[in-house]
Amino acid sequence: MQIFLFLLPQLVLFLSVVLVFGIDLMGSKDKQWLPYLALSGAVISLGISIYQYGWMDFEEGIVLGGMIAMDSFSRFFQIFASLVAVLIILLSMAYMKDKSPYQGEFYSFILLVSFAISLLALSSDLVMIFIAFELLSISSYILTGFFRHDPKSSEAGIKYFLYGSLASAMMLYGMSLLYGVTASTNLIEIARGLVGIDPSLNWVVFPAIVLMLVGFGFKTATAPFHQWSPDAYEGAPTPVTAFLAVGSIGAGFAILIRVMITALPEFQMNWVALITGLSIISMTLGNLVAISQKNIKRMLAYSGIAHSGYILIGLVSWGSGVLGTVFDGLTGILVYLLVYLVANLGAFAVVTAIEHKTGSNQIEDYAGLIKRSPLLAGTMAVFLLSLIGIPGTGGFIGKLLVFGSALRAEYYFLALVAIINSVVAGFYYLNVIRYMFFQPLDEPAREAIQVPGSLSVVLVLACVFTLLMGILAQPFIHFVQTSLKLVLS
Amino acid sequence: MNFPVLSAITFVPLLISLIVLIIPKSKENLIRWASTILSLIPLALALYVYYVVQADPGTMQFREEYSWIPALDVYYRMGVDGLSAVMLVLTALLSTLCLYYSIYTVKDRVKEYYFLFLLLQVGMTGVFVSLDFVFFYVFWEIGLVPMYLLIGVWGGKRRIYASIKFFLYTLTGSMAMLLAIIAVYLNTGTFDILKAAAAQPFANNLTYAAVAFWAFFIAFAIKVPIFPFHTWLPDAHTEAPTTGSVILAGVLLKLGAYGLIRIVLPMFPEQFAYYSYEVPIIPILAVISIVYGALVCMAQWDLKRLIAYSSVSHMGYVTLGVSAAAASLHAPGADPTSAIIALNGASLQLFTHGIITGGLFFLVGMIYDRAHTRQIKDFGGLGVKMPYYYGIMMVTGFASLGLPGLAGFWSELFVFRGTFAVIPTFAMIGILGLVFTAAYILWKVIQHVFLGEFDQEKWDAATHNAKITDMATFEKVTMWPLVILMVLVGLYPSLITRLLNAVSTVLLNNF
Repeated sequence: MQIFLFLLPQLVLFLSVVLVFGIDLMGSKDKQWLPYLALSGAVISLGISIYQYGWMDFEEGIVLGGMIAMDSFSRFFQIFASLVAVLIILLSMAYMKDKSPYQGEFYSFILLVSFAISLLALSSDLVMIFIAFELLSISSYILTGFFRHDPKSSEAGIKYFLYGSLASAMMLYGMSLLYGVTASTNLIEIARGLVGIDPSLNWVVFPAIVLMLVGFGFKTATAPFHQWSPDAYEGAPTPVTAFLAVGSIGAGFAILIRVMITALPEFQMNWVALITGLSIISMTLGNLVAISQKNIKRMLAYSGIAHSGYILIGLVSWGSGVLGTVFDGLTGILVYLLVYLVANLGAFAVVTAIEHKTGSNQIEDYAGLIKRSPLLAGTMAVFLLSLIGIPGTGGFIGKLLVFGSALRAEYYFLALVAIINSVVAGFYYLNVIRYMFFQPLDEPAREAIQVPGSLSVVLVLACVFTLLMGILAQPFIHFVQTSLKLVLS
Repeated sequence: MNFPVLSAITFVPLLISLIVLIIPKSKENLIRWASTILSLIPLALALYVYYVVQADPGTMQFREEYSWIPALDVYYRMGVDGLSAVMLVLTALLSTLCLYYSIYTVKDRVKEYYFLFLLLQVGMTGVFVSLDFVFFYVFWEIGLVPMYLLIGVWGGKRRIYASIKFFLYTLTGSMAMLLAIIAVYLNTGTFDILKAAAAQPFANNLTYAAVAFWAFFIAFAIKVPIFPFHTWLPDAHTEAPTTGSVILAGVLLKLGAYGLIRIVLPMFPEQFAYYSYEVPIIPILAVISIVYGALVCMAQWDLKRLIAYSSVSHMGYVTLGVSAAAASLHAPGADPTSAIIALNGASLQLFTHGIITGGLFFLVGMIYDRAHTRQIKDFGGLGVKMPYYYGIMMVTGFASLGLPGLAGFWSELFVFRGTFAVIPTFAMIGILGLVFTAAYILWKVIQHVFLGEFDQEKWDAATHNAKITDMATFEKVTMWPLVILMVLVGLYPSLITRLLNAVSTVLLNNF
């Protein structure tokens, strides 16, 4: 019964998938209300998961034959997944209306990917992880290539698919190596199996870690496994891009944290070295390439790669930290993730609104946005400032925590690379602000941009949260720290 | 509970900016007057703080302390002593004057302008009252964004280049400072500025201490700006709108110098002394700023750029004074009084430079509004046509070159009096700056612009037949408070120095 209650948000999500898909299949003429059905499913799921987090106690542990971890970390990502579903549906409503006739499929897939996110974060067994990983990936490929008559979208879907299959295969190979060494697929059993392991087997475990990192690196869009992301971001329908940048990345980090910390603490020395490298490459490459981007979706894709690099700093410096102390690293990773995702979602909401109206994603077409829509320009400025890490926004708290943890763990070089990168990032984010605020309009009579109601809900929510996380950071940090307590045991 | 005066000074402008946000865009006059009149509240509070603090200026007063982010050990800590009180008055005064001056000069996007300007005031004020590193950093950075937008939207021709340069330079410094703040926290276990200074971070590890010292120093040096970090300043000052330049020169540059005095000097006295005496990098940079800045002024034909470079030169006196105070720690036989005098001079220069250069930028803005050119060669003989303007400019210019009886004299006198006793070589080179300053003020500003025959044809050609009028009432109202202060501080400097002296004494006696 307890397990049933615990999985209720997922069940609701899955039920809504079936319902939306089924009703669409039955051939009902009027499909206008399908998005609302999907939305209500997601909202119910969100409500349940929030209620569970705040007001219900579960016996923490591994359930269902070791497949599912019932802990606060899972509950945190249950909320995250449902929230992503709600917000992405709100983003899509106006945008998808006249762009595609396949409303039912679109919304059921959005619900399905959200289901997959939470499943991935809940998994505590390699088999389960792989299944959820594939469910997430395959639904994402379909969503990316959803505009099948648009060559860019199709190309993005294929590219994403090819890279993704390769990454999945390598990850699976890594998992099988790990199974070969420890004779178990359960994360906790693996951790036990690796204690005091024969040193000659290190040469199996080490490649296993590398191969699994390929898979996680792919999901989190970390360089050098990032090649899919700029094309997929650019080609995908913009709400799907928002999903990729927020939902998919969040899920990737969830599983990365869980596997590294639960299953591989014995090999921390090894993976810390690897992840340090990934982090430096990601930050530097992401930021440098982002400078030259003309398309805002591509720019955000590259900046996302850079942010993945910053987030990894938290994982690297976790080493000697004690959870709940200042700058423990793990708190930093999740806080950073939270603020980054909110700001990024907001930014994509703005992109969606502008593309919906103007059909363009070029940064230069953002010229004079402040005159055309003060709401869009103002909120976009807040999101970009948060991504730079200016105080008063959540981004600052994230940066403070992550940089602080790097210094505490004495990774001075990493901290240095991170701050240099932050300045570089300032340049291209400001470039967008410059266009929005400083550049005059080309033609004086350019019309104002009306923001659809569902979109402005997302915009305002993201903006308020970005500011709140910067000004009243304590509740958020506290929330994150409670959510982290159990993944470790 | 006492009334939280400092919170009020800091956040009343935020409140006003929110009021501005609510007022409909079309009611421009309401926005203008409401924000100007309401900005008298922080000014009055600042004067009240000044009045109370002067009774015991050496200690931190009006303390406020609340837990802000317990998970990070970050507190909402405020407090003022004599130095901060003087800077508070300066900030509030210049802000109000700028808001008033803008009523008549800013025609474009009025609502956004006032909103951003008030936000800027929040950031500036906050820096002077915070006693917690993170809190300090938050205000330090918050001011950056509105200033960036003020330059970028309301600035001159090369505003985009100038604004982004300004932002990136400061951001670079801030990031270095952020790392240093975290390092200090990890070493001392507190973000409290006073406690961290008392704990003397990295006292047992000289390498780390040096790295942290330079991280802080560079962050502040960029803002001051000290040569070679000064290149953003001429661009930003020149391209900013008049009020933006006033605030930049009057307050923002002071943030850096304030940081040197409030944070770097007490926290790393050994390093500061070492790099001021044994390896005198800091006084060398200060002297270069002074002399080089003044020489560039001599060669400048753009009036606004000239004033901008004069800031580099004048802020060099501040750096020189602070480094002399630090050097006294290591200099054999340096008497503590001279160190205190040097530091007094540096802090007084913050205030006097604020009112003088703020005034000069107002004056440049006024002539530019008429002529739409700032080229010195386009002017000449304006003394006849604009006698009132000429008079005000004379007083301000003379104050700038340090004429006795006006405010600028005292700060320069103190700086050199103190420095001569501690590091005489640098004082001797630095004093060249005074000569050059006199030269460019008299020759470039006074002679080229005001003296000689007025040539109507040349004026018409250069300004496209602009009408030439003397100062309007609002311009007089803007300038008079500054002129009065210049004379008042010139005649009775202890109005300010009394407060600063106590702070300097406490600071230097703690070593």
